Amino acid sequence: MFAEPWQAQAFALAVKLSEQGHFTWKEWSAALASELQSATDRGEPDDGSHYYEHWLAALERLAQAKGLTNGEALAARKEAWAEAYRRTPHGKPVELGNEE
Amino acid sequence: MPHDDHQIPPTDRTLRVKALESLLVEKGLVDPAALDVLIDTYEHKIGPRNGARVVARAWVDAAYKERLLRDATAAIAELGYGGSQGEDMVVVENTPEIHNLVVCTLCSCYPWPVLGLPPVWYKSAPYRSRAVIDPRGVLREFGLELADDVEVRVWDSTAEVRYLVLPERPAGSERLNEEQLAAVITRDSMIGVAKVKLP
Repeated sequence: MFAEPWQAQAFALAVKLSEQGHFTWKEWSAALASELQSATDRGEPDDGSHYYEHWLAALERLAQAKGLTNGEALAARKEAWAEAYRRTPHGKPVELGNEE
Repeated sequence: MPHDDHQIPPTDRTLRVKALESLLVEKGLVDPAALDVLIDTYEHKIGPRNGARVVARAWVDAAYKERLLRDATAAIAELGYGGSQGEDMVVVENTPEIHNLVVCTLCSCYPWPVLGLPPVWYKSAPYRSRAVIDPRGVLREFGLELADDVEVRVWDSTAEVRYLVLPERPAGSERLNEEQLAAVITRDSMIGVAKVKLP
């Protein structure tokens, strides 16, 4: 069902945010359809295997459109996570530091 | 810098999801425990077995079938199924004269409470575009050849209405009880790309 854990997390985030009223499922479907259409327009082969990549892109875009977060915060937080992995020894849980 | 005894960051996609999730959690917009519960539910509890029970009940109980065709959401809820993407269900019945096929041309709308999450091919561009243009050709690729006099009806699921096919009960299944019937009903038969066959 989910090929990798991030897909499950992205799936659950969209469902929960919608359930909590941050966007309607109709808005969600439109955002996802738009990502899928953009991929087709770019000529990307769409055999369904990249589905959750489009799902994630739709989620990031809708979360920003609804003011739940912004691009700057997402980019900074992504880098903070990457840095957290790099400085955490093997076998230890990866946690964000306090530096940001 | 990466170092031998430290961890290599995961893929870009994983980092993006972690970034978004951690920001939303901090703002109190999502509860990480609730996310885990939701994922567990979809991985282990929801799937086409639910839909199979609905179909089997309709095959053995004429009054239930009538309720199912009249108000699918309510009839499905009678068996305890409902929730996200199952709010506005419509059940379409296959007969010897009519074959129903379900697609979501825009994205991947699908009745989660009764079928779980959609298979990869349901989400693919070829299926989404061709199911409407050439349904018989698509069905042939699934190994289902329909006679020329069978009418094919294609239903486009949306964020507002989601369709479930009530397949035909196979000949020779008269002796099976409801539970045994449910066991032979496949996901594909409830999307409309297959018929139910006895093993």
